[in-house]
Amino acid sequence: MTLETTACVLAYMVLAYLGGAVVALLPLRSGLTRALSAAAAIAGALAGIVLAARVLIAGAPFALTVPALLSVGGGLALRLDTLGAFFLILVGVVAAPAALYGAGYSRAYTGRYSLRWLGAMLNLFLLTMSVVTLADNVLTFVLAWEAMSVASYFLVMTEHERADTVAAGGWYLAMTHVGLALILSAFLLLVPVDGGGSFAELRLTAAALSPSLRGVVFVLAVLGFGSKAGLVPLHVWLPRAHPAAPSHVSALMSGVMVKLGVYGILRFALDLLGVGPAWWGALLIGLGAASALVGVLYALMEDDLKRLLAYSSVENVGLIFIGVGAGLLFTSLHEPAAAALALAAALYHALNHAVFKGLLFLGAGAVAHATGTRDMNRLGGLVRRLPWTAACFLVGALAIGGLPPFNGFVSEWLLFQSLLPAVGSSAPLVAPVMTLAVGALALTAGLAAAAFVKAFGITFLALPRSVEAREAHEASVTMRVAMVGLAALCAVLGLGAAFVLPALGSILAGYAGLPRVVPPLTAGPLLVPPGGGASISPSLVAIGLLLAMGAAWLAVRVGAARGLRVGDTWGCGRIGQTPRMEYTSTAYAEPLRRVFAELYRPTEDLTIDVHPESRYFVQSIAYRSEIVPWFERYVYGPLVRRVAAGAGRTRAIQSGSAHAYLAYLVVALLALLAISLAWSG
Amino acid sequence: MTRWAIEIAQGLLVLALAPGLVGVVRWLKARLQSRRGAPPWQPYYELRKLFGKEVVVSSSASWLFRLAPYVVFASTAAAACLVPSLAVGRPLDAVGDLLVVVYLLLLGTVFLALAGLDPGSAFGGMGSSREMTVAALAEPTVALAIFALALSAGSTNLGQIVGRTLTDPAAALSPGHLFAFAALFVVMLAETGRLPVDNPATHLELTMIHEAMVLEYSGRYLALIEWAAALKLLVFFALLGNLFLPWGVAVAASPGALAVALGSLLLKLAVIAVVVAVLETRLAKLRLFRVPELLSVSFVLALLAVTSSFLAR
Repeated sequence: MTLETTACVLAYMVLAYLGGAVVALLPLRSGLTRALSAAAAIAGALAGIVLAARVLIAGAPFALTVPALLSVGGGLALRLDTLGAFFLILVGVVAAPAALYGAGYSRAYTGRYSLRWLGAMLNLFLLTMSVVTLADNVLTFVLAWEAMSVASYFLVMTEHERADTVAAGGWYLAMTHVGLALILSAFLLLVPVDGGGSFAELRLTAAALSPSLRGVVFVLAVLGFGSKAGLVPLHVWLPRAHPAAPSHVSALMSGVMVKLGVYGILRFALDLLGVGPAWWGALLIGLGAASALVGVLYALMEDDLKRLLAYSSVENVGLIFIGVGAGLLFTSLHEPAAAALALAAALYHALNHAVFKGLLFLGAGAVAHATGTRDMNRLGGLVRRLPWTAACFLVGALAIGGLPPFNGFVSEWLLFQSLLPAVGSSAPLVAPVMTLAVGALALTAGLAAAAFVKAFGITFLALPRSVEAREAHEASVTMRVAMVGLAALCAVLGLGAAFVLPALGSILAGYAGLPRVVPPLTAGPLLVPPGGGASISPSLVAIGLLLAMGAAWLAVRVGAARGLRVGDTWGCGRIGQTPRMEYTSTAYAEPLRRVFAELYRPTEDLTIDVHPESRYFVQSIAYRSEIVPWFERYVYGPLVRRVAAGAGRTRAIQSGSAHAYLAYLVVALLALLAISLAWSG
Repeated sequence: MTRWAIEIAQGLLVLALAPGLVGVVRWLKARLQSRRGAPPWQPYYELRKLFGKEVVVSSSASWLFRLAPYVVFASTAAAACLVPSLAVGRPLDAVGDLLVVVYLLLLGTVFLALAGLDPGSAFGGMGSSREMTVAALAEPTVALAIFALALSAGSTNLGQIVGRTLTDPAAALSPGHLFAFAALFVVMLAETGRLPVDNPATHLELTMIHEAMVLEYSGRYLALIEWAAALKLLVFFALLGNLFLPWGVAVAASPGALAVALGSLLLKLAVIAVVVAVLETRLAKLRLFRVPELLSVSFVLALLAVTSSFLAR
C-alpha cells in the first residue's frame, strides 16, 4: 500500500513539472504564465521532497520499472535509494524558493525575452534533474542527464541578445558534451555484452572487471561528472555560464546541478564500482584541493558579483570533493567509521552549499534586477535601498565564509575533523595527502572569508558608486520571501546540526565500504565525530554568542553614556565626501593580487597623457589591468585554436550539396559494417 | 554547580584582566625605551572615559556599523570563555574546540572589516582590505598548527590537548609542539596587530591596519572594540601559555588548585608580555608587502610541525 502511495507521489511530481512545462507554453497573459509555471515548479519540488522523505524514513529503496517505455534499452527504470533521495531533497530545497523568486524576477523579461520558453524549460530542467537521481539503468540515466544539460543550456540562453551570453552558452554546450562522452564511455565499459544496462547488472560486471579497467572506469566517471561539477581543470565553462543565466536559474545550476556531478561520482564509487584502491581517494582529494584553491583565488579577483559567486562554487565543489576523496581513501583502508564521517561531511557541505549559494545567487539577482549591473565597482550603499536583500545576503556571506554559528562552519568543521586520521591509519599515502588537504582547506577558508567580505562590503556598504545604485529599489515580495526562507535555512542547518548529522549518517549506511549501521555522530546537542575526543555544539555556541551580545548591549545601555551624534566621515579636513574616495572592489583585492601575482600574472597598461608644455602637468591617466586565468591562456586557448583549425580543414569536403552528404553517409555506414564484421569475425 | 561557578568566574576574570594586559605591555615597552610610560592600569581609565562619551556616527554608515561592536565584543568574549585559562575538565570544553575559538575570532575580524568599509572612507577600506589579507594568510598557519597539536593529542579539544601534555610532559619538547608554538607565535603577532605586522601605537595612515579600520569609531563603540582587541590579545597569550606549557592549570576544582592556576596564568602572561615588549622594542615594522613573507615562514613552520607530528606517531 505504501508503495502505491509513493508511486502516486512520484506521479504527482512528474505531472506537476510536465504540467508546468505545458501550461507555460499556452498563449496566456505573461503574468499568468509566470505565476502558473512557478506554482507548478513549486508543487513538483514539494512532491519531490515528500517522495525522498518517504524513502529516507522507510529506509528502503523504492523502485518502479516501465518496460513499455523506451523498450530498446531495457525500459524506463526508476529506483530511489537513500543516496538518490538525498540529492532529490537537494533539488527540491533550492527549486521551491528559486521558482518562487523567478515568478517576481522574470517580470523584467516581459516583452523582451520569451517567458514561455523560460517557464517551460525551468520545469523540464527540474524534472530531468529529479529523474537523474531516480534513474536505475544506463538509458534512463543518460537520457535524463542529457535532457538536463540541454534544458539548462536553453535556460542559460534566456538573455540571448547579449553577446557574452551566446559565448557562454557555446562554452557550456561544448564542455557538457565532452563530459557526456566520458560518462557514456564509463557506462559502456560496465554494460554487459548481452545485458540491458540496468544498474544491478552493472554492479555484477564491475565486480568481475580487472582492477586496471575499474580504475579506467573510475577516472572516466570522475572526468565526466567532474566537468559538470566544475572540477579544475574542467571548470572553465562554469564562471561563464552560471552568471549568464537568469539569477534563479544560476541558483539552481550552482546550487543543485553541480551537485549532481558529485552524485554521479558517488553513484559510481559507492554503488556501481564498489570499494577501490587508495589512489581513487587521493586523486579526488588532489583535484578537490586544486579546485578549492583555484576557485577561491579567482573569486577574490572578480569584480562581477555573479562571476565571483560562480568561482566560489568551484571552490566549494573542491571542498566537497576533499570530503568525498577522504571518504573513499578511508573505505579502501578499511576504516568504515572514518569513511562515514568524511562522506557525511561532504554531503553536509553539499546541502549547505546548495542553500547558501542558492541564497547568494538570488541576492545577486535582486541587486542586478534593481541596478541593472553586476559590476561591484558600480554598486555600493545598497544596504539602505535593499534592506531585506542586504540582510539575507549577509547571512549567506557569513555562512559561506565558514563562520560560526551558521551551517558553513559546521560542515567545514566536520571536514577538518574527518581529515584528522586519529583512527590510527599508517598507510604511506595518508600523511602527505591529509596534510595537503588540510592546508588547502585552511587557505581556502581564510581567502573565502576575504572574498565574501569584499562581495558584501563593496556591494552593500558605503556610498553608492553610480546613479543606478543610488536609485535602486527593493526586490518584490516573492523574491524577498524566497531569500528569507533560504537565509532561515542557513541558520537552521547550522543550529540544528545535531539533528541533521545523524540523518546524513543513516543515508550512507550500507554502501560499499561503509558500515551497515553508521554509529551516532552526535550526543545530545554535541557533534561527536568517532575516534577523536573533539566535540562542538553549534547551537550552544550560538546561544553563548547571543547571550554575550545581549549582556554587552544591556551593560552599555545601563552603564554608558547614551549620546549619539551624526556627523561626516572623517577625511583629513577635506569637505564633502564622494564615492570616488571609497575603496573599490579592485582596490580591495589589490594586496592579495600582489601576494599571488605569480599565479594571476595580471597584464597592466598605464597611459599618462601630459600637457604638451610640460610633462609635470598630467591631463589624464588611464590604467587597465586584466587577469586572464592561466589555464585558459595556456591550455584552452591553444586547444580551441587547434579545434577551430581542424574544423576549417574539413571544409574541403563540405560542398553544400545534399547528394554528396548522402554519399558520405553511405560510405560511413559501409565502413562501420565492415569494421564490425572484421571485429566479430 | 561549582564547575559552572568556575566557568563564570574564569570568564569574568579574563574580561577584567584583558585591559590590564595591554597596559602592562605598553608600560614594559615604555620602560625598555627609557620612557616613564603610563601606568599599567591606564587602559581601564581609557575605557571608562570612552564609555562616558557620546558617539559620533558617520552619516554614510548603516545599521551594520552600530551592530558590529557588539558582535566583535560578543564573539571575542565567547572565544575567551572557551579557552582553558584556569582549569580543564570544564563543561564548556565539549561545547567548542580550538577551531571554534579561531573561527569565533575570525567572525569578529570579518565584522570589523565590514564596519571599516561602511562609512565609505578611504582609510576604512584600506584597513579592511589589509586586515582581511593578513587574516586570510594567517588562517592556514593556524589550522595547520592546530592539526599538528591534534595529531599528537588525538583531538582538537582544548581540554584534551592540555591533558595530553600534562600526562606526557616530554610531548611539550617534541619537535611538533615546538614548531607549532613558533608558528602560532608569529600568527599571534599578526592577528593581534602587533609589530612587525602592524603598529598598535601609530596613527600614521599609510602604515596602519587595525587602527585604520576602526578610525570612524568613538565613544562606547570604540570602548567595546578596544576591550575586544585586548581580550583577543589575552586569548592568544593564554593559548600560547596553556597549550604548550600547561603546568599550573587546575585539573581539580579545589580552591588551592585554582589559586595555583591563577598564579601560573599571571606568570605566563607576564613572561609572554615581556617577550612581546622586547620584540616590539627591537623590531621595526615590516613593509605591508613583506608581511606575506613573514606569514609564509610561519606557514612553513606549521607544515614542519605537522610533518614531525606525523613522523612521531
